[in-house]
Amino acid sequence: MNRVVVIDYGMGNLHSVGKALEYVDENISLTVSADPQKIRDADRLIFPGVGAMRDCMAEIKRLKIDELLMQARQEKPILGICVGMQAMLSFSEENNGVDCIGLFPGEVKRFQEGQKDGNSDLLKVPHMGWNEVKQTSSHPMWQSIENNSRFYFVHSFYATPDTHQKNKANIVGKSSYTVPFCSAIADKNIFAVQFHPEKSQTVGLQLLKNFLSWNGEP
Amino acid sequence: MSLAKRIIPCLDCENGRVVKGVKFLDIRDAGDPVEVSKRYCDQGADEIIFLDITASSDNRETTIHTVESIASQVFIPLTVGGGIRKLEDIRIMLRAGADKVAINTSAVMNPEFVKEAAEKFGSQCIVVAIDAKQVSLEGEPLRWEMFTHGGRKATGLDAIEWAKRMVSYGAGEILLTSMDRDGTKNGFDLALNRAISEAVSVPVIASGGVGNLQHLVDGIVEGKVDAVLAASIFHFGEYSIPEAKDYMASKGIVVR
Repeated sequence: MNRVVVIDYGMGNLHSVGKALEYVDENISLTVSADPQKIRDADRLIFPGVGAMRDCMAEIKRLKIDELLMQARQEKPILGICVGMQAMLSFSEENNGVDCIGLFPGEVKRFQEGQKDGNSDLLKVPHMGWNEVKQTSSHPMWQSIENNSRFYFVHSFYATPDTHQKNKANIVGKSSYTVPFCSAIADKNIFAVQFHPEKSQTVGLQLLKNFLSWNGEP
Repeated sequence: MSLAKRIIPCLDCENGRVVKGVKFLDIRDAGDPVEVSKRYCDQGADEIIFLDITASSDNRETTIHTVESIASQVFIPLTVGGGIRKLEDIRIMLRAGADKVAINTSAVMNPEFVKEAAEKFGSQCIVVAIDAKQVSLEGEPLRWEMFTHGGRKATGLDAIEWAKRMVSYGAGEILLTSMDRDGTKNGFDLALNRAISEAVSVPVIASGGVGNLQHLVDGIVEGKVDAVLAASIFHFGEYSIPEAKDYMASKGIVVR
């Protein structure tokens, strides 16, 4: 039995990702929980997140999810989604600056407001809707997903991993909105995306399917 | 690479059925909401908006069940509106599988509600729905006023000022319906959409009046909106979502 735990630290809608996982494989054992024992016993973990970073990090620290993730990264596949991905970096400029988990060096920055596109139309923040993801390196998680497929995004902040330091994450997906930004990172057992696979119809469901069979090797 | 403009079919629901009226009146049946949303999702709709237009307490359970059924089969964003009055209503809808909630009447009754909701659940899931009607007379500068209670009640609030205020309170998106155009098939109120879209930093969804595919293009190009909503043209089979996307793409609009 494939035991999947969606880590629940009280932030936002975790039901979509659970429903999408059960839709792609009805035989998984799915738990939505913050219980350390369940997280330790899981075969794979989903680390989602919506909302403001300060509140997210407060709950992550209170429930010691940061420590559990530090440990889990050596042991089993982890999929970070949206704020879950951002929280893996060392620092976010949201809420006047918040220290994050620091699985990877790098910062989370805000999209600049008031930027215009080629037709001189205002680029709105949040970046909301379907945008292309360029697969900048091959990875088992991209299997059967066409390069430059569109995924659903909704976020005002984006990750800028520092790729010059030790423990760096590899950028495996890039997108563009006012600036080019990192939309997917990977390191050993961890794969993390800025977009919402659970809301990205066929391509998103394929990514979740890939995750359920991924052995954690790059 | 760029962000695609969104096409959003809207399901106005009453007692568990999709319905569609003209100027909020004269209502026709358009099917089962779960089947209808699944069909639109398969056709490539970018999001679904589900509005419970009666939102009375006795059909609340029906609505929650419908949202649950849609969310377990449709894996694109789902916005639910109608009768969202307190934080608990939002929590219930998000738990049922909605990704965003649309707030209209309650925002006017208690603007602080939008602030609390955005703080609690994040701006990304708070959509403020504005039903606006032109109130300026011929020859006067254009002016629109906000209405509530499904368009029945005037508020005296200027629609542009209201949109700005709601965004400053944390609304992550504006769903803008022109009551003058709703159900008429005469096209969006482009001046209204443009005025609001250029006044706020968040995405705007144009709603009300789509009768043909050129209207969708006009909404994006002239109305400057980020997403276009339509109901009747899709519900009654006049056009399919792929036809709409092909047409928009042929006019140079980026679509998925």
